[in-house]
Amino acid sequence: MTKKYNGEASGYPLREEGLRKRPRAGEILIQSILFFAGFFSIFTTLGIVYELGKEALLFFRTPEVKLWDFLTGTAWQPHINQFGILPLVTSTFITSAIAMTIAIPLGLAAAVYLSEYATEKVRKTLKPILEILAGIPTIVYGYFALMFVTPLLRSIFGRDVVEIYNMASGGLVMGILILPLVASMSEDALNAVPLALREAAYGLGATKLEVALKVVFPAALSGIAAAIIVGVSRAIGETMIVAVAVGAGPNFTFNPFRGAETMTGHIVRMSGGDLSYDSIDYNSIFAIGLMLFFITLTLNIISQRIVQRFREVYE
Amino acid sequence: MDTLDNRYVIQARNLGIYYGDFKAVTDVNMDIERNKITAIIGPSGCGKSTLLRAFNRMNELVPGARAEGQVFFDGEDLYAKGVDPVEVRHRIGMVFQKPNPFPKSIYENIAWGARIHGFRGNMDKLVEHSLRQAALWDEVKDILHRSGLALSGGQQQRLCIARAIAVQPEVILMDEPASALDPIATLKIEELMQDLKKDYTIVIVTHNMQQAARVSDYTAMMMLVNDGSRAGTVIEFGETTKIFTRPSDKRTEDYVTGRFG
Repeated sequence: MTKKYNGEASGYPLREEGLRKRPRAGEILIQSILFFAGFFSIFTTLGIVYELGKEALLFFRTPEVKLWDFLTGTAWQPHINQFGILPLVTSTFITSAIAMTIAIPLGLAAAVYLSEYATEKVRKTLKPILEILAGIPTIVYGYFALMFVTPLLRSIFGRDVVEIYNMASGGLVMGILILPLVASMSEDALNAVPLALREAAYGLGATKLEVALKVVFPAALSGIAAAIIVGVSRAIGETMIVAVAVGAGPNFTFNPFRGAETMTGHIVRMSGGDLSYDSIDYNSIFAIGLMLFFITLTLNIISQRIVQRFREVYE
Repeated sequence: MDTLDNRYVIQARNLGIYYGDFKAVTDVNMDIERNKITAIIGPSGCGKSTLLRAFNRMNELVPGARAEGQVFFDGEDLYAKGVDPVEVRHRIGMVFQKPNPFPKSIYENIAWGARIHGFRGNMDKLVEHSLRQAALWDEVKDILHRSGLALSGGQQQRLCIARAIAVQPEVILMDEPASALDPIATLKIEELMQDLKKDYTIVIVTHNMQQAARVSDYTAMMMLVNDGSRAGTVIEFGETTKIFTRPSDKRTEDYVTGRFG
């Protein structure tokens, strides 16, 4: 029996019989689009891994290359077939470590200030400004390192101590680049901690600092760790700053005031040069890329394990 | 002050509370007796929680909130210049509507407050004592290192009470502590309040009139004032038996008998 409506309710369509499932084309369409979006990002990642692996395999198949020497060698000189990746890895780690010693403490301090201390008005003004910093092209940061920070370091520590191209300058500026990223993501995590937890602590007679550091911060730890992981990955993958300011030649050194070349810096220099396709040099940059991929993957896995152990689940 | 009397632990005088320009509570005068349970009842939105939070200066965590008038605690005005709200909240603890244990272990939930106040005694004993006082010890003594959030709602609320007790307040403010709990858990909280009364003064906000009648010694009836300002005030305050059997205000009578529209 179809039901007719009268009066005010007559705007409804005729009610169909039964409770059978109605076809809903829109639902199916949306679901397919969402599935495709998710599938696309996973597929892209797999595609990148495949391409990297394929080219890197060509490199490792070359008779001149030995995997052990690749992983432990301290000289990267492709023209004489020396492919020891350590100089590139150490400079990547040194510049990233310098960057993170700037970005983590300052970024977290800024996040705690914005989330726990700043008034709503100050927060709403400062946070977008902070995020603008993250939008400056990295080439600008690169020249800022080379033209401003390097001369500054040289005037402080002496011209014979600090080379024109050096890891310290690139690392410091990279830290400034990453700081707003860490601050903004950590602030989101701190802000997401429920007000009820803060009230619980205040109600016990806690000071603002105790609430911020002993309740809100631990509760937001997983989000903060995610911010730091993203920051570290960014530092390791950052290319332009190190290409401009850190140096243009692999150098196995632990002295931050000396020039060196990071993995990304080397890739960008080599691919800008006149490498012939399928040459051993050409394939080597894919091996470096694969190495980068493994490093960030490992960091992600390790930090996830750490977070699992220390996180406080608040809901 | 003229009314200083050791019988009363909290005394509100001409207390008004604002959120920005909006006056939420106006002209409250009430004396809260030591080692008694005082209930604040009234319809939704009449300022019960706001009034309760004025007793330990929790309101000022809301930007723009301020109070006028005085609240004397053991004769000292909480709103006088130079009074530290942190110290106020140490002496006048709070239990909230929704159980809000820290996302830490049961043990740490209790120890946290003690630690920030420089407790140097035997922490294990303090934790056990507080949990016993909150009638929770037997249920959790073997799982002290499990998360406080793993407990049931009623247990969580008793954990919050234990946590409040552990810092040795003089007064415990309870903001609808049982409204998120089932009747059995509610009963346990109510029984617990009767035990705690020996050592603490309790002020409870509730919208459950039966609860107020069951647990409290004194009842304050709040209602919006009738001048269109939408501010709430205490219209009648007295012994619970009198408020529920022989109220002097018609509005109280209508409310407690369920005739309130």
